[in-house]
Amino acid sequence: MLNAAVIALVAFMTLPTVVVIVVSFNPTAILSFPPSGFSLRWYVNALTYPQFQRAAVNSLWVTLGAVALALPIGTAAALALERGRLRMPTLWATLLLSPLVVPGVAAGLGFLILAASLGLLRSRAVLIAAHVALVLPFVVRSVWVSARNLDATLERAAASLGATPWRVFRRVTLPLLRPGLFAALLFAGVVSVNEFVVSLFISNRVTEILPVAMYSYVVNYTDPTIAAMSTLFITATFALVWLADRFVGLGRVFLHHR
Amino acid sequence: MDNAVVELRGCTRDYGGVRAVDAMDLVIFEGEFLSLLGPSGCGKTTTLNLVAGFVEPTAGRILIDGEDVTGVPAHLRGLGVVFQSYALFPHLSVYENVAFGLRERRAPAAEIARRVGEALELVRLDRQGRQRPAELSGGMQQRVALARALVYRPRVLLLDEPLAALDKKLREEMRDELRAIQRSVGITTVFVTHDQAEALGLSDRIAVMSRGRIEQLGAPREIYERPASRFVADFIGASTVLRGRAVAPDMVALSRDLTIRVIVAEALRVGEEVELAIRPERVRLVAGPADGTAEARIEGLVYQGSMTEVSARLGDGQRVLAFVTEPAPIPLAPGHLVHLKLPADAFMVLA
Repeated sequence: MLNAAVIALVAFMTLPTVVVIVVSFNPTAILSFPPSGFSLRWYVNALTYPQFQRAAVNSLWVTLGAVALALPIGTAAALALERGRLRMPTLWATLLLSPLVVPGVAAGLGFLILAASLGLLRSRAVLIAAHVALVLPFVVRSVWVSARNLDATLERAAASLGATPWRVFRRVTLPLLRPGLFAALLFAGVVSVNEFVVSLFISNRVTEILPVAMYSYVVNYTDPTIAAMSTLFITATFALVWLADRFVGLGRVFLHHR
Repeated sequence: MDNAVVELRGCTRDYGGVRAVDAMDLVIFEGEFLSLLGPSGCGKTTTLNLVAGFVEPTAGRILIDGEDVTGVPAHLRGLGVVFQSYALFPHLSVYENVAFGLRERRAPAAEIARRVGEALELVRLDRQGRQRPAELSGGMQQRVALARALVYRPRVLLLDEPLAALDKKLREEMRDELRAIQRSVGITTVFVTHDQAEALGLSDRIAVMSRGRIEQLGAPREIYERPASRFVADFIGASTVLRGRAVAPDMVALSRDLTIRVIVAEALRVGEEVELAIRPERVRLVAGPADGTAEARIEGLVYQGSMTEVSARLGDGQRVLAFVTEPAPIPLAPGHLVHLKLPADAFMVLA
């Protein structure tokens, strides 16, 4: 009974994805289900479509940039929340996690107005900045959990052994924050790569990232190229998470931190 | 031995509105084992943290080898610290834990290998170098922590309740081992503990602390036999405190018909109120009334194998505790009237 319920739930959750994948192999130019045959033509189309190629490169840069910036900033913020003698720590924590509850449309509009008034609308930097803000809550959350589990006596011990504050951070704090940092890296990467609403507001044909390019495509054409692109996207994300789990043990990261 | 290594001069430390350490003066001499002993919250750990450089004094100065180190951060003080929780680095092997201090000092690789090997041998863990701390027992972890703190030959060894997390039998073993290692290395040591037996057994001198101040500073025997205050008498070993009035330079009346003779260094002033302490092992139960005995009624008995703790009440209502070595010289039962011999030279006059 319970088994059946779980199967039903999983089916419900994955069905849309399955439909997209199946449709991507459809030889006809209509987005219909069930498919009438098997073909890879839409994959060729997706991979050779110049706007997708450009957007993929943009996605790569934006996500790498955003993660590279958000990780140190978020780690510093998490340590400040855990260790620092902040006044009103709960207020700061709420503010740092608040982007999670702001509707994407509102955030996008805000970034748009800001970018326009700064004359940066054509710049990829704006996209990176927006993505940093959007992934920061995930980074702070993940690292904070690890920081909370970190015994401050270990840092004192390192200092008593002659380690400067920077050396204490390098040799003790950072290695012990690793599970949290890794979770943060993964969350931030996945959120940034999939971000759509805010990016739609602040990008143009030149700077747009993959989800935005895919949306633009759907608006203009209705052939299974978009399904093929989606399938590639899903496969890439899935492979990334699987590799991460394989080499670092995602289960360990989420289940326990010691 | 008379060379001052650590000096606290008028050190005060406040946490919020709470004064943890209050204008403390303390000198720790070369090679000595000094215990800071007191109940939790007495300021003993804060005192240790002040010496270590983990906290800075609100007022006062700290000197190491005559040099003012107030405001000098912990990593520049060159001291060794062993923590109650051991604080071993979980991500490093036992070997790397011990090597940590030498690596921070940029010691040459050959010297690191040699000294870590020696240190691990000293604590009998030379075979566990590759293991992670979590794979070791509590007692072994404790010894790793000790080796880690000793390997770079610190000026002073600071021990923060290092035995508290061990079970009783292991604690006693580690206590003996700690003392043997400290003696063989000859390092000046400050030991924080709330366990009076540990302090008495290990120390050259004990500083008994209460409410941020040193109540008494002296050798273990001096602390035990001549407690300077009621607090010390109470905290170190069990003792009975009796109140009375001096009726002669060596006589104290506890009540109208119970007067006892005491032998004290300073003559009592007649008419003054005095508090006398007596250790339960000095009180004896005798068969009948004699010179220097007092009648009392047994109220409680706690059999402890080698002896029985007897709680008895004197005629004036004051309670006396006696340790009676087994087998007891007379039958013991609650309600029995017994005669207590209170030797005149067993009394301590409390300030």
